[in-house]
Amino acid sequence: MSAITALPTPIVRTRIHTSRVTQVRVALSEWTKLRTLRSTRYALLTGVAMTIGFAIIPAFVNASRWNNMSASDKAGFHPLDTSLIGVTVAQLAIGVLGVMVISGEYSTGMIRSTFAAVPKRLPVLWGKAGVFGLVTFVLALPSTLIAFFAAQAFLKGHSLNGHDIALSFSDPGVSRAVIGGALYLTLVGLFGLGLGAILRNTAGGISALAGILFVLPTVMSVLPSSWNNAISPYLPSDAGQAIMRIGHPAHTLAPWTGLGVLAAYSAVAIAIAAIQLRRRDV
Amino acid sequence: MIEAQHLTKRYGETNAVRDLTFTVKPGIVTGFLGPNGSGKSTTMRLILGLDAPSEGEVKVNGKRYAEFAAPLHEVGALLEARSVHPGRSAYNHLLAQAQTHGIPRSRVDELIELVGLESVAKKRAGQFSLGMGQRLGIASALLGDPEVVMLDEPVNGLDPDGIRWIRDLMKTLAAEGRTVFLSSHLMSEMALTADHLIVIGRGRLIDDVSVDEFIGRHSKHVVRVRSPQATELTELIASPDVTTEAVEPGLLEIEGLTAEQIGATAAAKNIVLYELAPRQASLEEAFMDLTRDEVEYQAVTPAHAKDHEGALAA
Repeated sequence: MSAITALPTPIVRTRIHTSRVTQVRVALSEWTKLRTLRSTRYALLTGVAMTIGFAIIPAFVNASRWNNMSASDKAGFHPLDTSLIGVTVAQLAIGVLGVMVISGEYSTGMIRSTFAAVPKRLPVLWGKAGVFGLVTFVLALPSTLIAFFAAQAFLKGHSLNGHDIALSFSDPGVSRAVIGGALYLTLVGLFGLGLGAILRNTAGGISALAGILFVLPTVMSVLPSSWNNAISPYLPSDAGQAIMRIGHPAHTLAPWTGLGVLAAYSAVAIAIAAIQLRRRDV
Repeated sequence: MIEAQHLTKRYGETNAVRDLTFTVKPGIVTGFLGPNGSGKSTTMRLILGLDAPSEGEVKVNGKRYAEFAAPLHEVGALLEARSVHPGRSAYNHLLAQAQTHGIPRSRVDELIELVGLESVAKKRAGQFSLGMGQRLGIASALLGDPEVVMLDEPVNGLDPDGIRWIRDLMKTLAAEGRTVFLSSHLMSEMALTADHLIVIGRGRLIDDVSVDEFIGRHSKHVVRVRSPQATELTELIASPDVTTEAVEPGLLEIEGLTAEQIGATAAAKNIVLYELAPRQASLEEAFMDLTRDEVEYQAVTPAHAKDHEGALAA
């Protein structure tokens, strides 16, 4: 550290030619921020591992026990749900990461550096949402595909009523459900990012996210069933998960309608964050 | 150039900054002096647009900060509280900042070298000492080669070498024609670094003055004289321009005459002197006098202090 006293004076004035702040540059900066934190890498890895792991384990267990299972268990077994159950576990990791992508900047004071560099502020929110959404989808899509094909590989050769229980990717609705699982994870992540930006606090953001995704559906179940049936399909988790269902059970939304409802929740959360971001002190 | 016009910031009931009007000129080092809690950091946040003023406005180089297409090229700031994610390395922190403006990686390397952080650039910033953190903040401030350099308490946590380095750096930057604005709660530090002073207390402007004038105005030249004939001497030198204070029997503090004048007068009248010592009241004392009424948090008794901490924790 003693080298610091020998100040090479002229180096300060280098007249580097800075050009202006652009949305693309802000997005590149956000990509650097995302990839250079250990916690980000762990959360994304956890999301991938859960998506794949929670598909393979139940598929393996059911496949190996298939011949000993009761007829009603066999009838109740759903090969697609088994492949995508990991998505509903992974959503916690991805959603929490979404919250922390922005709340972490507030808790550490990094946000002051960020907004000193980009005082118009909104490009930061768009940059974060764009980069995080893209990174999540790029990791989630191979994860759901691997989860699906791995699970079906275990199930192949086991039959019910003379039909192989394994699904093919070209079966009706299957490709939509598998790709939709990745879209669902991405939208949950963006919903978390919106909540994190509104609440600007990690604990608050995670609580809100977990409350809305996991607690609210349970609370709804104590309401009179007519209320529950009317409200529940429109909750973010229930609506979004419609994309991963085959068929159209009662009191659920159609796949793309449901995913659209979740997308609307995420968009509204980010829009509220954007309005606040312009006005509030840092 | 920084121009504040009737700048006011209220947080709820608290007036953090009240009706501040001042100009910070390029080419010199301007010190922003005030006790802790006097509104220096708030003013700097207002300059950067991190907080919005309740009234008034502040412009940098003629524009509001948020209007600039390349803000890091206009103002480089080191804020008092840490503004770095502790999980990210110094290099990656600077890189992410640089990328927002398309500043090349070579400039990041250059600044890491300038502030002497080469050996720890890949370490996570959370492991940095206060001094290393300050250096990283200064590197970040200089990244865009800014016209205005604004540093909040830059010498905090630095060792004597580091402090001298900062002083030289500030002077170099000012000599290059930049506007250099740095805050401190230490008058002695300002006397060594700054050319001009903006003094605030409880968010209000107290003084806007050159350092030379401030020193001239506030430093009293007092001569301390010990003599068994103190009363005789007092009568002898009495004049409208001279104030004499008897600190204790046989000990005088005389203002308005030099030690030479007093010694010569005493010798001429055969007055015995045991002690004749010129003494300059410190600038720190002058500054304390100036801001005594304006200190936000007067010292409290331990019992109160404990209550206060409890309230903060809750």
